[in-house]
Amino acid sequence: MFLINCPYCGERDQQEFKAGGEAHIERPKQPTELSDDEWAEYLFMRKNIKGVQFERWNHAHGCRKWFNMVRDTSNDEIKAIYKMGEKPPAQ
Amino acid sequence: MTKNLRVKSSEYIDETNRISFKFNGRTYHGFKGDTLASALLANNVHLVGRSFKYHRPRGIMTSGSEEPNAIVQVNPGINRTEPNVRATEVEIYEGLEASSQNCWPSVEFDIGGINNFLSPFFPAGFYYKTFMWPASFWEKYEFFIRHSAGLGKSPTSSDPDIYDHRNIHCDVLVVGAGISGILAAKNAAKNNFKTLLVDEKNELGGSTIFENNEFNKIDNKTPSEWLKKEIKELKNIKNLEIKTRTSVAAYHQYNYLLARENLTDHLEAKDKTNKIRQRLLKIRAKKVILATGALERPLIFNNNDRPGIMLSSAIKKYCEFYGVACGSKNVFFTNNDSAYESALSLYNKGINVEAIIDIREQSESKIVKKVKEAGIKVYWSHTIVDTAGYKRLNNISIMKLSNDGTSVTGSKISISCDCLGVAGGWTPAVHLYTQSGSKLKFDEEKQIFLPNQNTSEQISVGSCGGDFKIDEIIKNLNQKLKDNLNIKETDLDNIKVEIDQENSKRNIWLLPSDKPLGKTKPFVDYQNDATAKDIKLALREGFRSIEHVKRYTTTGMGTDQGKLGNMHALGIIADTAGVKMGELGTTTFRPPYTPLTFGTIVGRNVGKFFDIFRRTPMNDWHIDNKAEFENVGQWKRAWYYPINGETMHQAVQRESKAARESAGILDASTLGKIDIQGSDASEFLNRVYTNAWSKLAIGKCRYGLMLNEDGMVYDDGVTTRLGENHYIMTTTTGGASNVLGKLEDYLQTEWPELDVYLTSVTDHYATASLCGPNSKKILKKIIPNLDLSDESFPHMSFKEAKIGNIQCRIMRISFTGEHSYEINVQASYGKDLWEKCMEAGKEFNITPYGTETMHLLRAEKGFIIVGQDTDGTMTPIDLQMDWIVSKKKYDFIGKRSLYRSDTMREDRKQLVGLLTEDPNVILEEGAQIVSELNQSPVEMLGHVTSSYFSPNLNKSIALAVVRGGKEMMGKKLFVPMENKNINVTVANPVFYDEKNERLNA
Repeated sequence: MFLINCPYCGERDQQEFKAGGEAHIERPKQPTELSDDEWAEYLFMRKNIKGVQFERWNHAHGCRKWFNMVRDTSNDEIKAIYKMGEKPPAQ
Repeated sequence: MTKNLRVKSSEYIDETNRISFKFNGRTYHGFKGDTLASALLANNVHLVGRSFKYHRPRGIMTSGSEEPNAIVQVNPGINRTEPNVRATEVEIYEGLEASSQNCWPSVEFDIGGINNFLSPFFPAGFYYKTFMWPASFWEKYEFFIRHSAGLGKSPTSSDPDIYDHRNIHCDVLVVGAGISGILAAKNAAKNNFKTLLVDEKNELGGSTIFENNEFNKIDNKTPSEWLKKEIKELKNIKNLEIKTRTSVAAYHQYNYLLARENLTDHLEAKDKTNKIRQRLLKIRAKKVILATGALERPLIFNNNDRPGIMLSSAIKKYCEFYGVACGSKNVFFTNNDSAYESALSLYNKGINVEAIIDIREQSESKIVKKVKEAGIKVYWSHTIVDTAGYKRLNNISIMKLSNDGTSVTGSKISISCDCLGVAGGWTPAVHLYTQSGSKLKFDEEKQIFLPNQNTSEQISVGSCGGDFKIDEIIKNLNQKLKDNLNIKETDLDNIKVEIDQENSKRNIWLLPSDKPLGKTKPFVDYQNDATAKDIKLALREGFRSIEHVKRYTTTGMGTDQGKLGNMHALGIIADTAGVKMGELGTTTFRPPYTPLTFGTIVGRNVGKFFDIFRRTPMNDWHIDNKAEFENVGQWKRAWYYPINGETMHQAVQRESKAARESAGILDASTLGKIDIQGSDASEFLNRVYTNAWSKLAIGKCRYGLMLNEDGMVYDDGVTTRLGENHYIMTTTTGGASNVLGKLEDYLQTEWPELDVYLTSVTDHYATASLCGPNSKKILKKIIPNLDLSDESFPHMSFKEAKIGNIQCRIMRISFTGEHSYEINVQASYGKDLWEKCMEAGKEFNITPYGTETMHLLRAEKGFIIVGQDTDGTMTPIDLQMDWIVSKKKYDFIGKRSLYRSDTMREDRKQLVGLLTEDPNVILEEGAQIVSELNQSPVEMLGHVTSSYFSPNLNKSIALAVVRGGKEMMGKKLFVPMENKNINVTVANPVFYDEKNERLNA
């Protein structure tokens, strides 16, 4: 059970949060201009990395805010947490 | 049989408090402070159980939670009964009953014992090999296998006890209250760390509490005396909470640990009632100090499992702590000095020690000398080659070990004895350490796995960290406290330690016998009857991975999880396969360390608290009026209201007719409601719904369909524009929280530039939906001054009004196709509103209807229910709802996906109506639809999603999704059922009032 440092509320138990998949996949601004393949790339393709992964998390049972997390999926170490819109920390 | 083996008074045993208890139907006596095991041993009872596979007689082996043999059924036959309890952990109380498991008719005479003689036919993998063929016979085998499988009996009535959960946050959690745990907790607490110390036993002190080796001194006292003084002082330390009878079951990441605190298991039945039996502690600690100690290993030799064969350390504990002699003719078998301490303990109490068999060539330590001076015979370089005594050990045979330890030489010596203490060295209890994700490494010199790489803020101290001698323990503990808790040298006590040096060690994982391995029974896993022979067989058959060998031989898979024998299994595999133990690794240690009761796991979440549910403000009225309820999400919704013993069908037919002919009323409070405000609210709705919202006038309502980004229908509902920048959105009952979550997600992550605020107000409003041709008259009676004319208050519009002093929002919207109003009031007035409607509607025979009638009425109109007629694979086009998808809008969620090649296929499943040839036949929801009956295999075209008998049309109607259904209007299809084929015709899904004339009726 992770201990997650919500950037708005502080450290909270994992059960208050919802994982939201891979981070930094921006919704295309002009979807209609995209080919089927390009749209499918946005819609379906996710990396599912073993190792350091950038993820979205939501403090669903707290402030309801979304934020980003850098997590090593091989040992669940949370390496960094930062707000939506902020630049990911350098690796 | 009944002789008293109490040897001396112990301060932990209250001999003034005599307790009677029953074991296997027979009454025995013990004292307050005894465990079931110590009390049975005091009564000279060793035989307590039968092994799992061969039903061999087994005795008490240990004095703690690692016990593999003495697992008993506590309080058999009553609702408090519990199987698989370790007799070594049960504290006795007046009236306790316990019985042996896995034996029939009794532990003394067990029919299953025949398996022991048939054991040559039950090698590892016996079941896998035998019951494979013929495959069709498995069902027959299964019956017998299931019958003989399993240990103990589960209770057959509900648990009378209360269980609880508690969250604990602390700076430092210390697990284990032996010498190192006590010192760690004391120093942490004294240095202002909020500290929690837990131990599975009822007394603090671990094994040091009865450690009185005269050659070991702490501050010139025996370790036992010194530690007792320390324990007394603990009580005066602030910041320190101590929990005994508390066993840590699991150590998860981020220092999250689960522990079971046992509160009433040691009390008499009359003291258990209305108290919490066990509490699950959910501990989040900044630092964890593991001081879980070490478990003594047995030695693996031929017939090493007879009752009377115990761990040397257990014999010592029973003698020193419980004042019980485990035998009158004792022998020890060892590879290290610790057995000599046990032997001296017995000797000093006047208990006869016949001999010590030591596989080492010699040892020079003071304690060994002392044993020799006491006149106890020591056989150096000897090993036990066999033992005798079916239900109790009576003899052992020993022979000289060869230099390489792989064979025996010379002549056999026979020694008569009734108790054998085995000491095979100490295994650090690293179970919790590895559960946390931390990694071990193998220490070749000590032949043990030790903590290596920590993944969380934790330290392992004392013997679980590989320090076995008191001087090492204290020195390394102090260093770790300084490094990890920043405690200053000057804040630590200066403790003077003298110890006896042990300088000789010899480890042989599998000891040889004069007989070949095939003819011997050297047990590695006592509970599951896995022998060294089985492990070697597994290797011969090609198993290499330790995890596979474990599963094939079942080594370490009992309720004790192989706490005693896993190291030997690894050692034997390493020796046989010629690999190093460090390379082999260990099997995975998984929680729980010791079994948890289901009660502890669920805590208070039982009965009506099992799953929370939500009730509408009108709920009491529904109950008073005998409604049947259905679960919708977490809501309890009125399903239908039977009167005079109506069936559901009869009630729904009546309710449906009434709603169309006069007036009906539905509790719609459960619909999700989201308050949307902000200067970009209209733009936001444009982006999340498929249709256009910018031009919706204030005071008007509009139905909206929400898609996922993949183009599939996600939710629907009516949204009302309350003001320039203010909307109220309704969602499906089940989808409310997900819709809010999804909208928040887009707002926060994709469109942070939009000025929009979302608030869930589902619980803030109660909603009564008034429908039917007389609904207008009823509303007029309730709010006489409100203009209800179609001009002033047309379909799809909204008005604010007052019922008396109560503010309400009224939407003229309809899910039934009838003229209807949804009246929203502040939740606390919900029941009042409902009763006013019922009162006003009396003259029109207003009929309350539930969700089933609502479903029927909307199906007559072909309105979809998201989640019933859709399943996450339906686009609006599939639903024949093209009209709601804006062609003009540049973008909305899911728009691009509607133009993917797959979503544009003509032969997708599409929503259609179905009419049965016989109007009285009602299709089953979920039934499959085909176009051919005489073909096999036949293509499944789709399935029925909604089906009812319509009382208003007097025929059955159904909605279905059918491949290419849009082009099949009027086509005949078939619904094959188990015993008949139903002929159906594809129809328009709008069965009733296609022109929507009734909305203004």
